Amino acid sequence: MGKKRLTMRRKESIYGYIFVLPWIIGFLAFTAGPLVFSFAASFTNYNITSQMDFVGGDNYQGLFTEDSLFWTSLWNTLYFVAFSVPLTTIGAIFLSALLNQDIPGIRFFRTLYYLPAVLSGVGVYMLWMQLLDPGTGMVNLVLSWFGIDGPNWLFDPDWTKPSLIFMKLWSVGGSMLLYLASMQGVSKNLYEAAEIDGANTWRKFFHITIPMITPVIFFDVVTSLIGGFQIFQEAYVMSNNGEGGPANSLLFYNLYMWKQAFTNFNMGYAMAMSWILFVIVFFLTVINLKLAPRWVHYEGEEK
Amino acid sequence: MDKTTEETDYLDSADKLKSIGKTNENPSFLEHRGNRKNFLTVINFFLLAIGGLLILSPLWWMVSTSLKTMAEVMSFPPSFWPENWLFSNYLRTWEAAPFTRYTINTLTITILVVIGNVLSNSFIAYGFAKIPFKGKNILFAIVLATMMIPGFVTLIPQYVLFAKLNWINTYYPLFVPAFFGSAFNIFLLRQFYMTIPTELIEAAKMEGANHFYIWWKIGLPLTKPAIATVAIFSFNGAWNDFLGPLLYLNDENLYTLQIGLQVFKGQLSTQWNYLMAGSLIVLLPVILLFFVFQKYFIQGINLQSGGK
Repeated sequence: MGKKRLTMRRKESIYGYIFVLPWIIGFLAFTAGPLVFSFAASFTNYNITSQMDFVGGDNYQGLFTEDSLFWTSLWNTLYFVAFSVPLTTIGAIFLSALLNQDIPGIRFFRTLYYLPAVLSGVGVYMLWMQLLDPGTGMVNLVLSWFGIDGPNWLFDPDWTKPSLIFMKLWSVGGSMLLYLASMQGVSKNLYEAAEIDGANTWRKFFHITIPMITPVIFFDVVTSLIGGFQIFQEAYVMSNNGEGGPANSLLFYNLYMWKQAFTNFNMGYAMAMSWILFVIVFFLTVINLKLAPRWVHYEGEEK
Repeated sequence: MDKTTEETDYLDSADKLKSIGKTNENPSFLEHRGNRKNFLTVINFFLLAIGGLLILSPLWWMVSTSLKTMAEVMSFPPSFWPENWLFSNYLRTWEAAPFTRYTINTLTITILVVIGNVLSNSFIAYGFAKIPFKGKNILFAIVLATMMIPGFVTLIPQYVLFAKLNWINTYYPLFVPAFFGSAFNIFLLRQFYMTIPTELIEAAKMEGANHFYIWWKIGLPLTKPAIATVAIFSFNGAWNDFLGPLLYLNDENLYTLQIGLQVFKGQLSTQWNYLMAGSLIVLLPVILLFFVFQKYFIQGINLQSGGK
C-alpha cells in the first residue's frame, strides 16, 4: 500500500484546504485582521482620517475613571441582560412544555407561537412603539380593562428597559422550538417508569424533563447572554435615531460605542470599549462553561 | 343525573384505592386517570388558545391601525376594529416614500447574500464534513469560536477596512462577506453532511470523480433541505438587516426598506396609520415566507439543537 496511499492522502488534504479556503480568507480579512487592528488601535487616538498616535492606556483609563456615560451604558446593558435572559429562558421552557402535548390543533399552536420569532427589524420595533404608546396603544388599553393604569412605557426612564424586555418576550417562540425539539427526544420509558413510581406531572417535569433538556438550556443561556450584551437596533430605533431614550435609559453599551465610533469618530476610544465588552462576554462564557458540569446533564450516548 | 353521581362515586372509590396504593391494574383507577387527563387537556387547550390570542393581538393591532383614519387612531379608547377599512392607506403610504426603490434595493442585496451564503457555506461545510485533512479539528474549533465574538468588536475595524477600499456607499460591504462563509451556517450544513454516508462519496471517487464534482453533483442535491434552511435564514437576515445599511449607505437612492422605514418614521412622527401600513408592507414578505417554508425554519432549529 505505502506510497500510493500516502499520495492519495496528500491529495485529499489539498482538496480539504481548497474547500475551506474561502472561510480561511474570510476569517483573516473580516475577523482576525480586524481584531488585530482593533486591538492595536484601541491604544491610539485613531479617528479614521488624520490621527493615529499611540496614547497608551489612556482610552481604557478614561473610560473607567472619567466617562460617566460609559458606566450608564454598562449599567443599562447589565439590567437588560439580567432580566431578559432569565425571563425569556423560563418563558421558553414553560411554553415548550405546554406545546409538547397531545392537544387538538397542537401543530397550529406551535406555528402561531413561533411566528413572532421570525419577525424582526424596524417594522417590529415600530409596531411595539405603537402598542406601548400611552394614549393610542393596545397594551395600556388591555391593562385598563383590568383596572390597571398602564405606565408611560417608552417615555418613562423607569419603564423603557422593561418595554424592551416585554417586546423580547413576545418572540420567545424561537428558543421555544429549541426546547421542544429537545423535549421530544426524551425517552418515554423514563416517564413511564416515573408514573409507576407514582410521580405526578410536576415531579416528572422537574425531575425528568428539566434535567434531560439541560444541554439545550445551557446552549440557550450562553447564546442569549452573548446576544443580550449586544442589544443595539431596538434601542437605536425606539429612541429616535439612537438618542438613548429619556434620561439615557436606553443608552446601551453598543449604542454608546456606536455614537463614539460613528458620530464622534473617536474610533480608538470606541475600539477600547469593544474590547472591554469582549472581555466581559468572554469571562461570562468561561464562567458558564465552568459551572456547566454542575448542572448540565449529558447522557453517555448523546452527542 | 344518576349517571353523574355514579361517576363521582367511581372517582371517589378510585381516589381511595389510589391512596391505598398498588392499584395500577384496577380499571376504575385507569378511568379516573383518563378523566383527569381529559380535564388537563381542556385546561391546556384554553391556556394555549388565550396565549395564542395574546401572541396574535399585536399583529392584528398593526393591521387594524393601518386601516384607520388618523382621527380614529387618536380617539379614546382605541378600538380593535376599524370603523372604515381604509385600504387606500396602503396606497398612500407606498406613494409617500420611494418604497419601490427601497424594495428593489433590498431584493438586490438579499438575493446576492442568499446566493453567497448558500454557495460558500455548502462548499466549506463539505470540506469540513467529508474530506480528511490535517488541522481540520483546530480550524473547525476556530469556526465555532468566532460565534462568541461580539459583532461590534469587528464592526468598527471592518468599517475602517471597507472605507479604505472605498466601499462606503456601495453594496459590497453588505454582500461580499456572505461569499466567505459564516460560522453558524457552516455548522448547520456540516451537521447535515455528516448524515450522508461516506460510502456514497467513496463510490463516486472510485468512478473517478473529484471532490468538486462530487460536491456539485451529489453534495448539493442531497443537502437540499439544509440548504433551503440556510437560504431562508439568510433571506430573513438580509431582509431585516438594519445595522449594515445604516452604517454603509448614505445615498438615499441606495436605501433599503429597513432604513427607508426608519426615515419614514422620522418624517411622519406619530401618524400611526401610515407607519403601521409601512411596517406591515416590510414585514409581509417575511410572514409569507414563514407560512410557505415553515418546515425549513423548524428544521433549522432542530439542526441547531443537534437533534435529528
